[in-house]
Amino acid sequence: MSIQNVIATADTAARRHASVMSALVVLVVLLALISLGIGPVRLSPLTVIDALFGGGSDVQQVIVREIRLPRMILGFSIGAILGLSGAALQGLLRNPLASPSLFGAPQSAAFGAVLVIALGLADVRSWALPVAAIAFAFASVFVLLAIAGRNAGLLILILAGLAISSLAGAATALVMNLSSNPFAVLEIAFWLLGSLEDRSFRHVMLALPFIVAGAVVLLSQRSAFRALSLGEETAQSLGVDVGRLRLMVITGVALGVGGAVAVTGTIGFIGLVAPHLMRPLIGHDPTRLLVPSALAGSALLLSADIAVRLIPSTSDIKVGVLTSIIGVPFFLYLIRRERRALSGGIA
Amino acid sequence: MTRAFVTAQGLNVTLAGRHVLNDVSFALSPGHLVALVGPNGAGKTTLLRALAGLVPSSGVIAVGGAGLSSLSLRERARRFGYLPQGHVVHWALPARDIVALGRYPHGASDPARLTAKDAEAVLRAMQAADVVEFSDRRVTELSGGERSRVALARVLAVEAPVILADEPTSSLDPRHQIDVMKTLRAAADNGTLVIVVTHDLGLAARFADTILVLSDGRLVSQGAPAAALSETIMGDVFRVSAYRAEYQREAVIVPWAEI
Repeated sequence: MSIQNVIATADTAARRHASVMSALVVLVVLLALISLGIGPVRLSPLTVIDALFGGGSDVQQVIVREIRLPRMILGFSIGAILGLSGAALQGLLRNPLASPSLFGAPQSAAFGAVLVIALGLADVRSWALPVAAIAFAFASVFVLLAIAGRNAGLLILILAGLAISSLAGAATALVMNLSSNPFAVLEIAFWLLGSLEDRSFRHVMLALPFIVAGAVVLLSQRSAFRALSLGEETAQSLGVDVGRLRLMVITGVALGVGGAVAVTGTIGFIGLVAPHLMRPLIGHDPTRLLVPSALAGSALLLSADIAVRLIPSTSDIKVGVLTSIIGVPFFLYLIRRERRALSGGIA
Repeated sequence: MTRAFVTAQGLNVTLAGRHVLNDVSFALSPGHLVALVGPNGAGKTTLLRALAGLVPSSGVIAVGGAGLSSLSLRERARRFGYLPQGHVVHWALPARDIVALGRYPHGASDPARLTAKDAEAVLRAMQAADVVEFSDRRVTELSGGERSRVALARVLAVEAPVILADEPTSSLDPRHQIDVMKTLRAAADNGTLVIVVTHDLGLAARFADTILVLSDGRLVSQGAPAAALSETIMGDVFRVSAYRAEYQREAVIVPWAEI
């Protein structure tokens, strides 16, 4: 064994990482093109590219650039931030079952938005909605931190997150229960299911800045996740400020998830599933998983959003319903697979 | 004794209202293997964690003349290599990547992009701890003994002037215990100050230059093994009698019966 060997083995891992990344990028681009081409009027990928850059008929341009492009951008960016958030939380908590919904952030964000709708302060396309969603996502996270304390372990965080998401769910139900306006209730109910349909560039402008900010915050912490594999105390002894890391991760997740929930409602399980799909390809390194998980999240949400447009049905199937229907059995499968590790901890 | 490298003066630690360490003072020199012993709850692990800056303490800790509180987290991380109990690794990373984390305090955040200097340190550490052969294997696939050696290599890779090891030999078979202690002994012989928390008085007496005895948060005895673990201390602190002898010019102390 020599220095060359030490560096060479690392090169193999880096090369595999690079090839998986390129494959993911190609997949996401293809899905994005399909997403732009599919709907009541079907367009081929070539027509889509043509229309995107100002070619084709006026009708085609309007369909691609104004109707489907915002939807595709939201699908791509929300899928990415959910996948990235899931990978970051799994890295932070060193638990393969962690995901944004574990902290109760999306549920709280949804409650904030629902409150705004029910009180009649704004309709579902208003700026007040994302502001309220982000504020409540932040609030829930700060409450979580206050309850759990600075040096809280995994179990306390998970329990506190569970309590907060239950509370947010109950509060949402209460608001709908008390609402005197049946139309508002219906609107809320549909909005809660999670959908990318009929979203405009206004929605993109409302959500995207927060999603980008969240992603920047999470990626700025990337190298600390690997050190955290050795436990919080060892990571601290290696120079990682674990308290600050935790705060940054939660801030990033709240920003991204709050912004996303505000314009699409709750779309679950992407954050849980994406890192798991990447582990067999990339390995378990939590730092190396971040960007591939974001791309996998994009691919998942774009595919799900394409699927709801393909599945024949009398009314629209909401993409949030589809991700849950696929995600929950996967979650149960994970619990079963991780059962031993969960009860005993990986030594 | 050569010039002291790590000194503690009037060190106090209070955790959840309980005085865990009480006015502890010592001065330790480079190139020594120091064993920190004492009954359960005496404050051994807390003392090690206070030195690593993982628990808040009052009093003065200095390393190489610099006060611990004046150092940044990263500067501290470069001075103290900390090996916690249990060798926990939460993800199935290859052994090599674990060892490379020892270079994290030096700015090497990606094991796939080590500088030549970092790669050399990683290789030296892997050779010293004899883990080169399973460099590419995932730590979760290794046996307990192999995993403890990987953890040890990770600490060695820091190439810090001080190594703090918390019960590095617990749950290992006798051969691996000796193996780990010999590796730490070699690090000390190369000029590192090695501080080891252990319950194994036999190993402590055999390998340590200096023994510190903690009891109820106080430092009650320190010195060469046979003197620090005198019959009085064995009786008063550990409440056992011990078989005492000398073998190959090392002290042999075997706890024998409770008193």
